[in-house]
Amino acid sequence: MASRDVLAATGVALRGPGPGDLVGGVTPGVVALPESVEEIAAVLRACAGAGLAVVPAGGGTKLHWGAPPERCDVLLDLCCLNRVLEHAAGDLVVRVQAGVTVDALAATLGGKGQELALDVPFDSGATVGGTLAVGAAGPRSFRYGAARDLLIGVTVVLADGTVAKSGGKVVKNVAGYDLGKLFTGSYGTLGVIAEAAFRLHPLPARRRWLTAELAAGEVTGGLVAALAASQAEPSAVEVDRPAGGRVALAALVEGEAAEERALAVRDLLPGTADGEVGDTAPAWWGLLPGERVLVEARFPPASTAAVLAAAEEAGFALRGSPVSGRTWLTARDSGERELREAVTRLRGRVEGEGGRVTVPASPYEGVDRWGRVGALPLMRRVKERFDPGRVMSPGRFVGGI
Amino acid sequence: MLDSLTAALRELLPHDAVITDPVRLRTYECDGLTYHRATPGVVVLPESAEQIAGVVRLCNETGVPFVARGSGTGLSGGALPREDGVLIVTSKMRRILEIDLPNRRAVVEPGVTNLAITEAVRDQGFYYAPDPSSQQVCSIGGNVAENSGGAHCLKHGFTVNHVEACEVVTPDGDIVVLDRMDPGYDLLGAFVGSEGTLGVATKVTVRLTRVPEAVTTVLAAYGTIEQGGEAVSAIIAAGIVPAAIEMMDALSIEAAEAAVRCAYPSGAGAVLIVELDGPRAEVARQFARLLEICSGAFELRVADDPAERAAIWKGRKSAFAAVGRISPAYIVQDGVVPRTSLPQVLAAIDGLSREHGIRVANVFHAGDGNLHPLVLFDDAEPGAGERAEAVSGAILDLCIRHGGSITGEHGVGVDKAKHMPRMFSADDLDTMQLVRCAFDPRGLSNPGKVFPTPRLCGEVPGVRRGVHPLVESGKAEQF
Repeated sequence: MASRDVLAATGVALRGPGPGDLVGGVTPGVVALPESVEEIAAVLRACAGAGLAVVPAGGGTKLHWGAPPERCDVLLDLCCLNRVLEHAAGDLVVRVQAGVTVDALAATLGGKGQELALDVPFDSGATVGGTLAVGAAGPRSFRYGAARDLLIGVTVVLADGTVAKSGGKVVKNVAGYDLGKLFTGSYGTLGVIAEAAFRLHPLPARRRWLTAELAAGEVTGGLVAALAASQAEPSAVEVDRPAGGRVALAALVEGEAAEERALAVRDLLPGTADGEVGDTAPAWWGLLPGERVLVEARFPPASTAAVLAAAEEAGFALRGSPVSGRTWLTARDSGERELREAVTRLRGRVEGEGGRVTVPASPYEGVDRWGRVGALPLMRRVKERFDPGRVMSPGRFVGGI
Repeated sequence: MLDSLTAALRELLPHDAVITDPVRLRTYECDGLTYHRATPGVVVLPESAEQIAGVVRLCNETGVPFVARGSGTGLSGGALPREDGVLIVTSKMRRILEIDLPNRRAVVEPGVTNLAITEAVRDQGFYYAPDPSSQQVCSIGGNVAENSGGAHCLKHGFTVNHVEACEVVTPDGDIVVLDRMDPGYDLLGAFVGSEGTLGVATKVTVRLTRVPEAVTTVLAAYGTIEQGGEAVSAIIAAGIVPAAIEMMDALSIEAAEAAVRCAYPSGAGAVLIVELDGPRAEVARQFARLLEICSGAFELRVADDPAERAAIWKGRKSAFAAVGRISPAYIVQDGVVPRTSLPQVLAAIDGLSREHGIRVANVFHAGDGNLHPLVLFDDAEPGAGERAEAVSGAILDLCIRHGGSITGEHGVGVDKAKHMPRMFSADDLDTMQLVRCAFDPRGLSNPGKVFPTPRLCGEVPGVRRGVHPLVESGKAEQF
């Protein structure tokens, strides 16, 4: 029976796949548009009964991330679950449906002088649910933590249609297991994130960016350590380096005294750098350096210089946070073999520093996307418990999960 | 079963690392929650991850449950032993293995105390941020199990936000490393706070935090708890995120005065302690705003140096123990409500107190709505204990009704497992137990904690066995 026929009985709105619905090049059989948590459950129950594979989608901006699914019978488009359920400003907490876009949420919260301090490096259209599912971090995760640290509650729907929640809408809460952390960064392979609650922060009174240009050799472990431990408390420190060029460094300082604190951060830079303090971010701030080919390196911050050198050697442009030990890398697409070799070379160096290299976006299947994965057998067991029929985004994640 | 296991343990471990003497066993019969007691079947004092893994593997072979224990300061009975099981005590694993300041992290064994980490790096201008009030004695392994908080987690977060990696002995007896840097599921995030039900942490990599440039502590005394609560709301509304906002009511102030002579302003219906930290220029501006907000207080004290700060914190930090001075027995409760509902909840607690004739002293982390009502009773008086239990349980109901939680930092343990179904549905709990079944299909790791009823894990229907097709086809061999 075709996917559409299986789902017809659920009463959930369906449409045929369009060009924007491809998941890593795989065309879904049908697109389902649930409008409630109950409708998500109805779709998943029907799919489980028929053994149909489901891929959840938010704004669809990162459907090319991760490995292509082995099958995609149904694309579960959460665009219709786009309500802010509750903004308790006095509690600095918000509860939203997964399909709310990050931009729409920011607009709602900004009206009350608050924000979700999750500056994900994504295009407009990216949703809260999709952002959680890939678990990517933006510049200010250095100060505020990543998505998993700001998430305080979650409602998920499992492959068999079970609706389950964990956490809640208070920040301090240790009752039960934290399913939110497990689902954050799980690429849709454990179930569907339907609702989420976050802790919020007050919008800072002022923002100042310190920008400077440095020679690559000046970005030493000592400089990175000094910036990270600065009592001026920058919210973020980022570098941008086109393949082989000089390094643009920028630090964001937030608060009423942002200006004088940014000047204090400037004092940490080597004497040759003419740091400037201004109220606008550099043009590259918080953006991904590449789309078609995107690599992520995570590493101990003191190894930044080695990672910069390894990136140059392997021909990658680099952008990201030395103080968090997390950068994006990209290269011109010059073929599968070249990319595979460049990733292998980079990975060897970064793993040698105690780091990890993953490849969120690659047009080629011959590139090992995940590299070394610790505790993979345990991850497989988690997957088998949550999705024994392997119908949730099969094959998208580490180890072919 | 236990006898043959004990014999095997003696072969595995040094002679003095296996305790079976009944008198010594009884010293481990409870943790900080003293009204749940059980004498452990056998106690082991391992010195390495390999030894713990060996113990756990023996438990697997014999089907004997095990419980891990750090310093035993937990307040929910999470380390309550099993009479039919092994208690794994990490007190011999107290080495700080590595301090790596350039990367702002330290690697420690699980028996290291929370405060020992800070003491090891304080001279270099760093500290370990989570600060549960038992920090002088509580172990980092226990902190990881409970996802411990503390007064300063309002701004700085909980244990889970400060742990970068854990080496873990799984309930199968394997040694695995869960690392935030690794791709894949955030098993570290699931492990921290799982109360010993997913395995035993044998090595913990914690993040170190730079000591802030400036710290200012303010004590504000109010005539009523309502006025104190209004000040808390006004601080948050002003966009200030203090490091801590603590509040005590008249009864807890009275107790603290009796115990440690903290000399809080007399006649106060509520005392608010607000601590600001961060860059000096920022703290100075926030302090000016704070003084405006607290202008309704009848007395304000400001501490700028460590000695003055310690004087302000003295009463607050002694509050739990201090109520022993004004009551023969008491229950320490731990619940959370949305901060904005604090006034209604406190009024309702007052009503419960009068209705049952049971005094309740309120001490709380007001900034994040985390209440620690101290329910006072006389255990010599017939029925008083039951009435105190009723009040204590009703307070948790209040928390749930206001959209809060039954525990903010003490954990569920054995004490609150029965309350879990009031906060979570059967589906919620079953789904959480899927994680348990993935880690611990035999249910040997700290059974009877967190969940009211054990889940029979069984076989997973339709699970593929053997080699994954992707691996077989050569597509996934590098994973």
